[in-house]
Amino acid sequence: MSEIMSQSASFGGVQARSDAEINAARIAIRNLDFYYGSNRALKTINLELPDRQVTGMIGPSGCGKSTLLRVLNRMYDLYPGQRATGEVMMDGENIIAPDVDLNALRARIGMVFQKPTPFPMTIYDNIAFGVKLHERLSKSQMDERVEWSLTRGALWDEVKDRLNTSAMGLSGGQQQRLCIARTIAVRPEVILFDEPTSALDPISTLKIEELIDELKHDFTIAIVTHNMQQAARCADQVAFFYLGEMVEVDTAARIFTAPKERRTQEYITGRFG
Amino acid sequence: MSEEPEHLVKSFDNDLKRLRGLLTQMGGIVENQVALAAQAIMDGDAAAATRAVEEDPKVDALEREAEQFVIRMIALRQPVASDLRSVVSALKITGELERIGDYAANVAKRSIVLAQFSLPYSLAGLAHMATLVQEHLKTIIDAIGEQDAEKAVEVWRSDQVVDDMYNAIFRELITYMMEDPRNITPCTHLLFIAKNLERIGDHETNIAEMVYYAQKGEVLPDTRPKGNSAAYAVVRPKE
Repeated sequence: MSEIMSQSASFGGVQARSDAEINAARIAIRNLDFYYGSNRALKTINLELPDRQVTGMIGPSGCGKSTLLRVLNRMYDLYPGQRATGEVMMDGENIIAPDVDLNALRARIGMVFQKPTPFPMTIYDNIAFGVKLHERLSKSQMDERVEWSLTRGALWDEVKDRLNTSAMGLSGGQQQRLCIARTIAVRPEVILFDEPTSALDPISTLKIEELIDELKHDFTIAIVTHNMQQAARCADQVAFFYLGEMVEVDTAARIFTAPKERRTQEYITGRFG
Repeated sequence: MSEEPEHLVKSFDNDLKRLRGLLTQMGGIVENQVALAAQAIMDGDAAAATRAVEEDPKVDALEREAEQFVIRMIALRQPVASDLRSVVSALKITGELERIGDYAANVAKRSIVLAQFSLPYSLAGLAHMATLVQEHLKTIIDAIGEQDAEKAVEVWRSDQVVDDMYNAIFRELITYMMEDPRNITPCTHLLFIAKNLERIGDHETNIAEMVYYAQKGEVLPDTRPKGNSAAYAVVRPKE
């Protein structure tokens, strides 16, 4: 019996490509703990975000997946009493060290939120606003950057004739793509998505998923989602979190066909109680 | 054997239960078909042979029902992980059971032809083979119902004996045919019957592989330990 179990085998090729598909790490999280005051919300997390691939993070509410995103771009620095220990390595630098330049970091690691959050200004200025904080561009350079960002955000064709109208007039799905374009505009290396489609209709959701698929050619992406089918569709690698621990990480194909851990299995099949 | 907690959505569990029910129901009919076919050969029981053949449409109907049910479950439940493996395995198992039923019907039909000949030799070897194949079939159908990977491995391993017996019967029948050309017709039918039983054994191991995969999420190795096959010796090219 045991020699059968130890044989590596493949069923439809799913298991055989388990390791080969994942790229080298862009961000390496090592022994990360996170505290809200005295409450330990993340427990010794070890996870790598592979370069120019999508990492999906799934788990029940309160499992720590959104907290992890907040750690990655130091959002928690805005709140007293919240602290992280351990390492988040990117290009040989520990980005949770106290001496890191947060503005520069947040330009490198962009974030898109659950609810579209356009600024109450024109579509053009929504894009230009963040760019101006980091770069000095001429008018024509800025025009170019706005067009590039909106094109990458799959919104250009829909808004090119009304760049100077208010962003608040866009539909929810368009607003979310604007927020993605705004994030891309400062040319980050990593983009974090925190439930980016939970407020959108199915078609807008698919447009965002298609966009994520496009963006991963140039950016390293992490996406937190409550929609497991979305993780299955978008992610190359999926990490399952439960009660502040990362229970399991593997290729999306492996997680959704034959996860190793019982808790992962029970969660994704809807047997969690 | 895995005792998984229930789904939060209870009707999902009911669907899985119903699917397993369809498989075991189909398995029961196929088991009966094989038993009737064996009885038909050993006792020259033409009535048993007819009943074995008449069961076939029931098996086909159940196969179609299970297939439709699986398609519906995939569309409506979007199963993942162990659920996905169970559902996909069930689909493949119905196909295997349907084939076993076909082989049993074929054995039954040949028994009617065979009854016209007086056989000067014992069918003990064939009887033993038929008994083994039936035992394995019963075990594997239990394994489906109980989701028991250990039982599946048991069947998967023991098919070797069936293969060995087939090779022995093959040699024996060749000998009879060489002794007296009048034996050629009945012995050819017996050879096909033995081959059909051997094929049933192969489909049982296929089912064993499905049950194992559904339970463990891993596949059994591609090759089972196989002995030298006398039956293939005649067609094997010389080295």
